[in-house]
Order: sequence, then structure tokens, then C-alpha cells
Amino acid sequence: MGRIRMVHYLNQFFAGVGGEKHADLPPAIRLGPVGPGLPLQEALKGEGEIVATVYCGDDCVNANGDEVIRAILELVARHRPNVVVAGPAFASGRYGVACGAVAQAVEARLGIPALTAMSPDNPAVELYRRLVPIIPTESSPATMKEIVVAMARLALKRGRGEPLGSPEEDCYIPRGIRKNVVEARPAAERVVELLLAKLQGEPYRTEIPFPQVELLTPAVPLADVRIATIALVTSGGVVPKGNPDRIEARRASRWSRFSIADLDDLTAEDFECVHGGFDHDLVAEDPDRALPVDALRELEREGKVGRLYEYCYATVGAGAPIDRARRFGREIGEELLAAGVQAVILTAT
Amino acid sequence: MTRELERLGLPTVIFSAIPAIPLAFGAPRIMAAKAIRHPLGDPGLPRDRERRLRRAMVEAALGVLQAPCDRPTLFPITS
Repeated sequence: MGRIRMVHYLNQFFAGVGGEKHADLPPAIRLGPVGPGLPLQEALKGEGEIVATVYCGDDCVNANGDEVIRAILELVARHRPNVVVAGPAFASGRYGVACGAVAQAVEARLGIPALTAMSPDNPAVELYRRLVPIIPTESSPATMKEIVVAMARLALKRGRGEPLGSPEEDCYIPRGIRKNVVEARPAAERVVELLLAKLQGEPYRTEIPFPQVELLTPAVPLADVRIATIALVTSGGVVPKGNPDRIEARRASRWSRFSIADLDDLTAEDFECVHGGFDHDLVAEDPDRALPVDALRELEREGKVGRLYEYCYATVGAGAPIDRARRFGREIGEELLAAGVQAVILTAT
Repeated sequence: MTRELERLGLPTVIFSAIPAIPLAFGAPRIMAAKAIRHPLGDPGLPRDRERRLRRAMVEAALGVLQAPCDRPTLFPITS
């Protein structure tokens, strides 16, 4: 096979056009490598070449969505590349999103393998890591030389039509995709072997890594709950009868907001439980058992709590992927903050 | 969800029937629910006693929302 043809995507800054002032630059193209494309080209060691560099202002991509992506795809397609590389975006959020979007669109719509690179905490990683391989970088551009080596390696592999290997082999951020493989030995044997190695202080490699939980600084406690507005949130799937927001019984894709404005408690006539992960007959009988509106209303009347917020939020926690649950928390939290709510009681099942 | 609410600055008490789970996942303010099938209730009790139990749990949660907390903690339900 001849030299792998690569198109490189950059933003306005790395393309040498300018900084923030030029973030609205429309898509443009230059032949050959530009800026970080030069060390990237070198890292290809003659096995590949950057035939063109497509670049665009970060704000232009982020603000104009599909229209700009289509223009970029058109520029890319002109050069019939075997692979497209975007970035590295390092810690830049807008650039990271642009790189992710371009790489994903190239793969999905042009059928050409693509990859990108950015810092593991770039917000674009959560959005795109499942869609395109993202090579992790350090936060600052100082380590460009090492990164282009990893990018070149994977780009050549993918440009040759070879399938993507595991995150360890190909040095990209794990996508969280579980691939079923048949092991030669049964799990019981493997786990005993792991345990013995661990007990004997020998190296071992877990087959299922426990999710890393980073330290979170808890929110500041309420100064006086008697003047605070509290909201009720549940993952227990208590929703108005008829489930108007169509919350799914498992792997819920959304949450529901409903009013409890004039209610002193929740009744079986007006509410139901749609959670598919537990036997909810008792909650259906009295929904306050999962969403304690009656208790909070009583405490509100007695002045033990300032106010029960008039809306409740509900979703179903069964089989919820962590990133989805996080998104629900963020979305609900932002609404609550905007409404002046100061604290939450959340019930899980 | 609890962690994201906390991250936005909303102190949040999570009632869970399996506190080990939110503890492992780092929710800061945790209280034990009565059971999976009736988190804030007890069908074995007469109605009014069940309501008083629920009220006691919620009132305790209000106290926890005012209490200092610097790490995932299982708070007892005390009146």
C-alpha cells in the first residue's frame, strides 16, 4: 500500500491565523501540513502524508453546528484521505468539541476513520469518547512531540484499514464499550488466581475496574432550614398517573417535572410508580413512601422548613448509565437553582 | 445525580435502602431508607404510625441539611 493520505483538522489558533479575535473564522483549507501538522507529518516517517489541513474558528463550529460541519466535510472529502486527524485540542473546551464533532462526522458521514487528541478532562471527552478514539494529552501544548507520535501511530493503523484495538494497545481514552470475549478458562478459576496473586502481594490485573470516584467537596450546609426552600427529587419513578413525560421503566432517557402545588400528599389515584427495577406495589399504594410530600407539607405548615418547592422531579434509576445520571443531576440542579431552591431531599430505591 | 446537585451547591440528602452504594459512589449526605419497596414508610405499621415514621425520617434529613459534612457520611436517623 502506498503512503497513507491524511487530512488534518485544526482551529484558527493552531492554524496560525490568530487567537480569540478569529474564533469565528469560517472553514478554510491549505495544502500540506500546518502548525502542529509539521511534527505530525514528521512522526509519520514517510509512511503517510498530510495532504491537506482544514481549519476553522472554534466559535464558528460551535455556533453554527451542522452547516459548518458539512462545509468542513466537503473540504475533507475533496482530498480523499484514508484517515482524518483532528487536534490535539489539549484543554481547550471549544476546540475539543470541534475536534470531536469533526472526527465523528467524518467517520459517520464520510465513512473515513478519524481520531482526535485532547486532555482527559476536556469536557468534550465525555461527549465524544464513545464515538471516536481520543488520545489523551497533558493539559498544556508543551508535550506536542510525544502526542504526535501516538497520533501518527494510530492514524497509520486506521488509515491502512486495520480495526481499532483496545485502549491499551492503541493509547486512547477507554470508550466504556464492553466487548464480549470468550475466555479459555472459567471465571471461577480466573478470579481465584487473581485473589491468590493479590493475597501474595504479586501483581494482578482486575478484569472489571471499580469506577474511580473523585473527591467532591460537599455543598455548604443550609444556615437555617426553617427559611429554606427544599425540593423533592426521586429516582424511584413516582410520576403523575399516565406517566405524561413517558419515563422509561429502565435506562430512562429523561426525567419528569410535575407540580405538587396544592397537594398535601400523593395518592394512588393521581400518581403511579413506573420503576422497572423493583416490586413497586407498596409505593403504588402510597406514593408518599417514595416521595414524602405529606411529611414535608406537614413540616412546612409547622414552620420546620421554609417551603416545599412546588415541583417534584422524578426519573427511574434502574440501569442508569452513570454519565446519564450525572446529566440528569446537572439539568435538574440548574433548574432548581434558577428557581431559588436551596436544598434537595432525594429518594432512591 | 446527588453528586451533581451537590456540585452545583445544593446540599442534598439521599435516602437509600442500600447505603453502601451511595457511600461507594461518594454521595456526601446519606441516610438509610427503610427498605427498597418502601423507602420512607413501613406497611407493617398502622397508617398514622407510618406517617409519623416518615415525618421523623424527613425531619432528620432537614437537620442533616444544616449539619457540616466533608465526606460521604451515613447520617443516623435521630430525632
